Amino acid sequence: MREFGYQRVFDVPGAVALGADPEARYLGGGTNLVDLMKASVERPALLIDVRELPLDRIESTDDGGLHIGATVTNSDLAAHPEVRRRYPALAQAVLAGASGQLRNMATVGGNLLQRTRCAYFTDPARPCNKRNPGSGCAAVKGEHRNHAILGATEHCVAVHPSDMSVALAAFDARVTYETATGPGELPLTEFYLPVGDTPHLETALPPGALITGITLPPAPVAATSRYRKVRERASYAFAIGSVAAALDVQEGAVREVRLAFGAVASRPWRARAAERALTGAPATAEAFAAAADAELAAAKALPHNGYKVTLIRNLVVAVLTELTEEAAR
Amino acid sequence: MTTMTGPTPVTGSVGTAHTRVEGREKVTGAARYAGDIPYAELAHGWLVLSTIARGRIRSVEADPVLAMPGVLAVLHHGNAPRVNADYTGLLGRPDPTVAVFQHDRVPFAGWPVALVVAETSEQAREAADALVVRYDEEPHDVAFFAGHPGSYTPENGRAQPETSKGDIEAELAASAVVVDAEYTTPQEHHSALEPHAAMARWDSGRLEVVDSNQGSTWVAEELAKLFSLDPSSVRVRSEHVGGAFGSKGVRPHQVLAVMATTVLHRPVRVVLTRRQLFSLVGYRSPTAQRVRLGADADGRLRALDHEALSLTSKVYEFLEPSAAVGRVMYDADAHHTVNRVVALDVPTPTWMRAPGAAPGSFALECALDELAEKCGMDPIALRARNEPNAGPVSGAPFSSRNVLACFQEGARRFGWADRDPRPGLRREGRWLLGTGTAAATHPSGVAPSTASVTAECDGTFTVRITAADIGTGARTALTLIAAEALEVEPERVRVRIADSDFGPAMVAGGSMGTRSWAWAVTSAVRELRERLVPGGGIPPEGITARSNTTEAVGALPMLERHSFGAQFAEVAVDETTGEVRVRRMLGIFAAGRIVNPLTARSQLVGGMIWGLSMALHEEAVRDQASGALVGADLAGYHFAANADVPLVEADWVDDPDEEDPVGGIKGIGEVSIVGAAAAIANAVWHATGVRHRHLPIRPDRVLLAGAATA
Repeated sequence: MREFGYQRVFDVPGAVALGADPEARYLGGGTNLVDLMKASVERPALLIDVRELPLDRIESTDDGGLHIGATVTNSDLAAHPEVRRRYPALAQAVLAGASGQLRNMATVGGNLLQRTRCAYFTDPARPCNKRNPGSGCAAVKGEHRNHAILGATEHCVAVHPSDMSVALAAFDARVTYETATGPGELPLTEFYLPVGDTPHLETALPPGALITGITLPPAPVAATSRYRKVRERASYAFAIGSVAAALDVQEGAVREVRLAFGAVASRPWRARAAERALTGAPATAEAFAAAADAELAAAKALPHNGYKVTLIRNLVVAVLTELTEEAAR
Repeated sequence: MTTMTGPTPVTGSVGTAHTRVEGREKVTGAARYAGDIPYAELAHGWLVLSTIARGRIRSVEADPVLAMPGVLAVLHHGNAPRVNADYTGLLGRPDPTVAVFQHDRVPFAGWPVALVVAETSEQAREAADALVVRYDEEPHDVAFFAGHPGSYTPENGRAQPETSKGDIEAELAASAVVVDAEYTTPQEHHSALEPHAAMARWDSGRLEVVDSNQGSTWVAEELAKLFSLDPSSVRVRSEHVGGAFGSKGVRPHQVLAVMATTVLHRPVRVVLTRRQLFSLVGYRSPTAQRVRLGADADGRLRALDHEALSLTSKVYEFLEPSAAVGRVMYDADAHHTVNRVVALDVPTPTWMRAPGAAPGSFALECALDELAEKCGMDPIALRARNEPNAGPVSGAPFSSRNVLACFQEGARRFGWADRDPRPGLRREGRWLLGTGTAAATHPSGVAPSTASVTAECDGTFTVRITAADIGTGARTALTLIAAEALEVEPERVRVRIADSDFGPAMVAGGSMGTRSWAWAVTSAVRELRERLVPGGGIPPEGITARSNTTEAVGALPMLERHSFGAQFAEVAVDETTGEVRVRRMLGIFAAGRIVNPLTARSQLVGGMIWGLSMALHEEAVRDQASGALVGADLAGYHFAANADVPLVEADWVDDPDEEDPVGGIKGIGEVSIVGAAAAIANAVWHATGVRHRHLPIRPDRVLLAGAATA
């Protein structure tokens, strides 16, 4: 662990000015960054503590959406009445993650930027293209039971660990940020870069950019939504597969559906092929399964993670069936 | 001078619930652990481990690191003090892993290659991170699997690797019902909450070590041998221990602290990191087991054949005796058990809670369940049918054996009588429900110990014994035992433990601690009471009596002495996601005279929870390419979280042994993990109709098995 500087900032311009240093890192809850520093995976020279920035509010937007400040804690996000009412899957996703103590510390901005828990990434003694570009991917031929089935390449098969992001992807969230040259915005589905041959480049954020918040556009369908996560123990573990879904059924047919998968790719996986297949289709288990299959047709399983295809398919059917029943009540 | 006892003898301390005597210190943080205690001039050592699994150290590039702030020394094979590892200690020959820095060979990933010592722990850590070690790497063999060509049966030694009677093949052929199944358990780790830590310093010609261990005499004697010191010149203390489970014996951290203090002439502490625990303090070997059972149609066993394979390192032979459990549990006309081992380029495994019995019972007790299914018998009735009158292999009588009483009481409380034996029938929403049971057993041994008891002039008593309280409540149990023997209130008894200056005593291990120490303490009390004249005076220095149970232990009749139990579990399984949730567990044990019901229940429940963890979660995975573990930390190595642990109830039945010189006290430290995983696996079968013979029963395994049968 390298000796590092620590500075608390109180306004966004001050934070962004310090963030220009390529060896600096913004510190939110520190629930991932500090662990990585202890493991010498991250070796920043300076930590810029952004917790005191005035970005800790959740507010309705003029168009009926929500804006969530970057330093809102996971606990506060999950407990917010408007989040629970308008985007229940988001609150459920956040509560499905980590532990109560971690959620009290972790921030929304930090959650978006958390790194994969691939054990090769967190062990500096092993090769990893994400940590050490060009060193190779040990997971492809090694331990990869919880690695990607979608969007991966031979350069990296790691999955993104966030539960929150999966629900955000389903709800067309946009990430807002600030740089030294002004503010910017990215749709969450474009926020994470494709793996390609550059797995170390994870987001489309400009260098030194500070995430200031997330904007959720209005989405009436999201009021009937759900997040289901499967993990290797009942709590305090990352997903081995998860589904965020929202469903609007009218007269037995799917009018609108949102689907995103977690723990299957380097980013939250918005299942647009499944959504297309299902829109207008009857709200039946068979149609749900066919929609899942439409998305999972692109899945490429490694020797030990093929179960995820079955798992995601089953989860899609189960969650959409539950939502159909919920809507009928 | 004061008089020694009050007029009224106080009895009944043993068997009455008592909170831990050091409980307040522990919950307020006043109790100090080995890594907490400040010392003037204390330097801090940080260990560097090999990143390769086999080869030689070409160079340790110490110079740049020595120039870093605060760095005092870099010890490695080129400059470390020599030690002598050619000796036999209390528990046999030492694992050469403790003879650190004696040569340039690397026998496994995670082998100690250097120790960086600095003024602060942070400086030592940063320098250790920066230290470049170059290797000449050689190909390694780390793959463990049934039938590995390097497998062999160890020679008879302290452990008996193989037992055999009758003709297995003939009896199998004559059996109406046969079960032939293979089971595996993965590599598992004890990773105690408090990592291993030791401070060493030279004080007036004596070596003082403040440590976290399971036996301070044990560690002191071996450090004396390693460093060729007079045993009386080494003092090891271990006041509080935050968990051990078999992992806290003589380990590299103590040896390194002694080396560094010897070189630097100042106190040095070495604390292992969580990751270092995964390669340096032992673990439970993975096992590959095959059980063959042959029975008559009424369930009577004609053949019991249990073959188990475990691994060891190439520097030390450690045997996980999984097949031994059947030597106690069940008789058969033909009976064969063998524990085989294969040496790989991996760290040395060690004792971990219920060595052998924990993985062995998973295989054997699941096989019994499979036999019950094939015979169309209730699993408890099958066990009753095969209840032996004497040790199936030894022929020796049991000191007491109340396993059927455990099943009877457990069945009553669990509601077993209402169980429909057919699998896959009970559904509650997305969950399939099932129940399962299994037997538990663990040896209850005893070993020589010494103790002293002093009648103080203020009317109190001080017991001194090199026991260790590794979190079990041993200090409190010994307080109650001494109070009972002295016939005084426990509040008048002060028990001092874990100081090698108190003399030799059994370690806290093998479920033998409390029984061994209780014998020494009660013997010393008996001696003291003979020397105290009722109403007589006590001099200011008190009156001290000592005991040594070596002779008495040697004279103990040869009997099968074991704790027993019956485990019950109810599970819910979602076959569409592979999730398994345990809904409740009940363990009923026959474990002799229970000293302190409060801590006993806690220990029994703890073992059952560990069994749950073993059934569903725990698994260390080795990367075949590098030979190192993947995710060797508590983020990667999963054990049960609170949300996984349902209602867990432990209780016991009467298990008296009037002939026992220690008042019928047995060990309870290990029996409650035994059979727990089997009960859960059997319940998963009852829920789903699918046998899971490979632990842990992970979601991917359940999902794929469910999909295959659907």
